[in-house]
Amino acid sequence: MTMPILTQHLRHLSAGAALAAFVALGGPAFAGTPADTLVEAFAIDDIISLDPQEAFEISTAEVTGNTYSLLVRLDINDTTRVEPDIAQSWTISDDGLTYTFKLKPDLKFASGNPITADDVVFTIERLIKMDKSPAFLLNQFGLTGDNVTDKVKAVDPSTVTLTVDKPYASSFVLNVLSSAPAAVVDKKLVMEHAKAVTPSDEYKWDTDFGNDWLKTNSAGSGAFKIMVWKANEAVVLERNDNYFGEPAKLKRVIYRHMKESAGQRLALENGDVDIARNLEPGDLDAVAKNADLATTSAPKGTVYYISLNQKNPNLSKPEVVEAFKYLVDYDAIGATLIKGVGEIHQSFLPKGQLGSIDDKPFKLDVAKAKELLAKAGLQDGFSVTMDTRNTQPVTGIAESFQQSLAEAGVKLQIIPGDGKQTLTKYRARQHDMYIGQWGSDYWDPNSNAETFTANPDNSDEGKVKTLAWRNAWDPKELDTETKAALLEKDTAKRAAMYADLQKKVQESGPFVMLYQQTEVAAYAAKLKGFKLGPSFDTNFVAPISKE
Amino acid sequence: MSLSDARRSLAFRRARGVLADIGRFAVMLATTYLGLIAVTFFIGRVVPVDPVLAIVGDRAPMAVVERIREEMGFNLPLWQQFLIYLRQALTGDFGISVLTTHPVMEDIIRVFPATLELATVGTLIGAGLGVPLGVLAAVRRGSIADQVVRIVGLIGYSVPIFWLGLLSLLLFYAKLKWVAYPGRLDVAYEYTFTPITGLYLVDAAWTGQWDVLWDAFRHIILPGALLGYFSLAYISRMTRSFMLNELGQEYIVAARAKGLSERRIIWVHALRNAAVPLTTVVALSYAGLLEGSVLTETVFSWPGIGLYITNSLQNADMNAVLGGTIVIGTVFIAINLLSDLLYRMLDPRTHAK
Repeated sequence: MTMPILTQHLRHLSAGAALAAFVALGGPAFAGTPADTLVEAFAIDDIISLDPQEAFEISTAEVTGNTYSLLVRLDINDTTRVEPDIAQSWTISDDGLTYTFKLKPDLKFASGNPITADDVVFTIERLIKMDKSPAFLLNQFGLTGDNVTDKVKAVDPSTVTLTVDKPYASSFVLNVLSSAPAAVVDKKLVMEHAKAVTPSDEYKWDTDFGNDWLKTNSAGSGAFKIMVWKANEAVVLERNDNYFGEPAKLKRVIYRHMKESAGQRLALENGDVDIARNLEPGDLDAVAKNADLATTSAPKGTVYYISLNQKNPNLSKPEVVEAFKYLVDYDAIGATLIKGVGEIHQSFLPKGQLGSIDDKPFKLDVAKAKELLAKAGLQDGFSVTMDTRNTQPVTGIAESFQQSLAEAGVKLQIIPGDGKQTLTKYRARQHDMYIGQWGSDYWDPNSNAETFTANPDNSDEGKVKTLAWRNAWDPKELDTETKAALLEKDTAKRAAMYADLQKKVQESGPFVMLYQQTEVAAYAAKLKGFKLGPSFDTNFVAPISKE
Repeated sequence: MSLSDARRSLAFRRARGVLADIGRFAVMLATTYLGLIAVTFFIGRVVPVDPVLAIVGDRAPMAVVERIREEMGFNLPLWQQFLIYLRQALTGDFGISVLTTHPVMEDIIRVFPATLELATVGTLIGAGLGVPLGVLAAVRRGSIADQVVRIVGLIGYSVPIFWLGLLSLLLFYAKLKWVAYPGRLDVAYEYTFTPITGLYLVDAAWTGQWDVLWDAFRHIILPGALLGYFSLAYISRMTRSFMLNELGQEYIVAARAKGLSERRIIWVHALRNAAVPLTTVVALSYAGLLEGSVLTETVFSWPGIGLYITNSLQNADMNAVLGGTIVIGTVFIAINLLSDLLYRMLDPRTHAK
């Protein structure tokens, strides 16, 4: 009777041995990434849609930048200018209201359909009428669902005119048109997939403009086209053979969702990914020591700041606002907490944008801050809270700030929360202080200037909910100056106006500007042509090749 | 009362008992589900996170936020929202996930097989090694073998899986290059291989794609072994205590007196009796793994349900969280039922005479 059991044991044993041999022998049979495919490890869980006229997220901007063309594009070599993309040239009427774009001839979408003026008109109409998050970009030009068909017209198959409501600075109009949501879509292809919709009070159109389909597909004319997007798994791009520019070197690009810095690093070191995009400082240090790997970085259009809600009676005192700017240990933060991921920056315009200044008037000075607090009648200190997302380096900076405030007698309580939670509170103006970031919505100084210095109605019912509004700050004449800068035709003068605005916010704005984000990536040294761009939609993958 | 009458009334009473059991079970199931849906729903609405932000993203202007709030019915009274949700859920419609833009059910069908496959491998490893080790520890109580099993179990309990996951990646993936990473397949296969059931090992074997099978095996073995190790720690300890209990029983003494071989006494007599409570232990540990091990899935970039729900939670994607919770609840209830059934089958005392 023991025999069957014995044989069973033997069977298990031999199966185990076979398995072990299998694993041991199978070991070396690995390939790295395929020679014609680029694999990037990238946290892409922020993607909610790939429709360029709907999406407004960071990872999506990168996908759109690689799969669509625009009328005009940011000039990578001088980011205060734009260069032609599918537009060959443009003219502006003397009254500064009408822009006429002449398209390059014989261009094709990835689908093979020709790119015509009709597609450009459709794109703008689509952006305005769908009225998703990025629609405000072109609402700024006075375009609405009711007037867009009059304001944007195809004069002939290769000519488009756009009429704006005020004589804006042309740099502003062109910069906005260079942002990802203005990516030109293939009208014919998109409308083939459009779904009928019953019009209602909120949505007056009888079609979804192909939105449902375009969320997970692409209809562009960039160097790549989207093959598949699996949420939280991967975005796969394939070379667009109809691309009119320099063709992509590699056939396929896979953005693989990986959240963990340590995991990204291991996969990079083992050659299972070619580029790791979300490495933390510790892993970056290790990668920098590896001869087979290299790193690259580029400053991005995101600035981090601490803001003081002016509804709080203590925080609304000008001396307190000033004192807090002297209570940040900028040097220590720059050398440790944000090493490799950011650079200390004390003005609200990121470096690289028109008119950005690099002045750094503040440093940690507890004595001076104490003096200022005494002047405000707060020599005995006070207590205050700060809503803080529980991510690094924000939490670390908040703790450092807490320490330096304590030295000046101010007791800071940090309220940790997740991103959506702190943001919900911040938008409702219910915070004392907030530490967060602002990423430029488009590559033009007006994006940041407007949010930091414009606040037409500071009441709780105010409709324009800029950062100034969220912190209940009435910027008074700065509001007027911001509006004037938007209409300044002379680009040099316009730049000077923004420089002035930044200095004034440094003097009296309730914003303690901390640093500008740097994006860093590590990659296999055998890759050629990999470079991060100044914005997320200019992180191009087309020039990358392998050996 | 005649004998046949008595027998009839007994049969009647028994039938009524079964009906009552079924009825009680149905009520229990209904209340469990209602409770599950209600608790998840209200927690989801009470958290101080604006669900509209999840839909439109951080940078949307206020006008859009307000319009979406209106469209999604978030400004209705809470009870009304709940009733609407309940009605939809009863028809199997959990709504659309804002994060993936797919129907939640479709998403779950896509991500669940990944977790199912991983949990199954983990449980097979955990039970396959845990039971023999537990038996060994019980039979050789106090010996070095017992101590070793205890220490192995202790480590399994106390070491954070996150840390162990990274460490094992470092060893088996980075240094020894025995296993593959990240995800479920190498990129070379990932977009050429079309899954059928979503269980890659099964699909690859079914279609005879041996290279894919091998690749899938190399990807699953490390996270599977890791989960297996953690369930091993639990299963071996429970096996040990069940076995000790059985080995002290009189029937073992009787069996020994009868002259049966020690091997037969342990593996056939004692283990068969210990198997009854052990089934529940293994089933519970399996159910636990089926919830999706968030940390393991994160470390190994394993696109399973744990990762899906966590990510949905972080993004306030409440439809996905609710749908996922209900599916997991169903799995949990189903496995409990199954272990109950197994229990009855294995335990001769519960057999109908």
